[in-house]
Amino acid sequence: MVIFFFPFPPFRLFFSYFKDLVGREVTVELKNDLAIRGTLHSVDQYLNIKLENTRVVDQDKHPHMLSVRNCFIRGSVVRYVQLPPDGVDIELLHDATRREARGG
Amino acid sequence: MYSGPSIYCFVVIITVFQPLRFLLPWKEGATDRKRMASEEESAVKEPLDLIRLSLDERIYVKLRSDRELRGKLHAYDQHLNMILGDVEEIVTTVEIDDETYEEIVRATRRMVPFLFVRGDGVILVSPPLRTA
Repeated sequence: MVIFFFPFPPFRLFFSYFKDLVGREVTVELKNDLAIRGTLHSVDQYLNIKLENTRVVDQDKHPHMLSVRNCFIRGSVVRYVQLPPDGVDIELLHDATRREARGG
Repeated sequence: MYSGPSIYCFVVIITVFQPLRFLLPWKEGATDRKRMASEEESAVKEPLDLIRLSLDERIYVKLRSDRELRGKLHAYDQHLNMILGDVEEIVTTVEIDDETYEEIVRATRRMVPFLFVRGDGVILVSPPLRTA
């Protein structure tokens, strides 16, 4: 399904992973407990995230972003990203992690 | 005289294949070096290697803000960014009753099938504690 992962400059494992996830629905949970669901549009080396078609998960608790449809999220404020379970081949992840961990 | 492109090829071939020299057992003892290299790969030299031993195993992660995760470790990096599968998140909150001033400890549980965790929130990683 997905072919990727040769991050020759090391420490690019998750950058490559997110690049392959572009176009999928994810839920980003921030450190201030705000949870935003949207389509992953792009990501960069700092794991800053651009989301499209965003909607806040708990609208009543966080009415700030009712009219926001696209947003840029600084990587450092992310706590979790809930990912589609069929996102990527798990074995590929394991192999890439072993390579990465050895090099780093 | 050699033409421009062929010199170029020589230079490219030499620089590209230079790192692969260790694969060629020209000198005596080269096979020993290769064996030692592969043994070193599985040796535990630094703390991150300990985490590598837990790949594809269930682990317990303690996070900031009184959060805990229990899940299967699929990927991690040197920042301790992680990808966990079949995760249970436990958030512990302490509420103080206004009247009685007693502390109510509440643990909220949540299941997430596949989760990326940013490393700057991670406090510790360990094999799961046998409490359940």
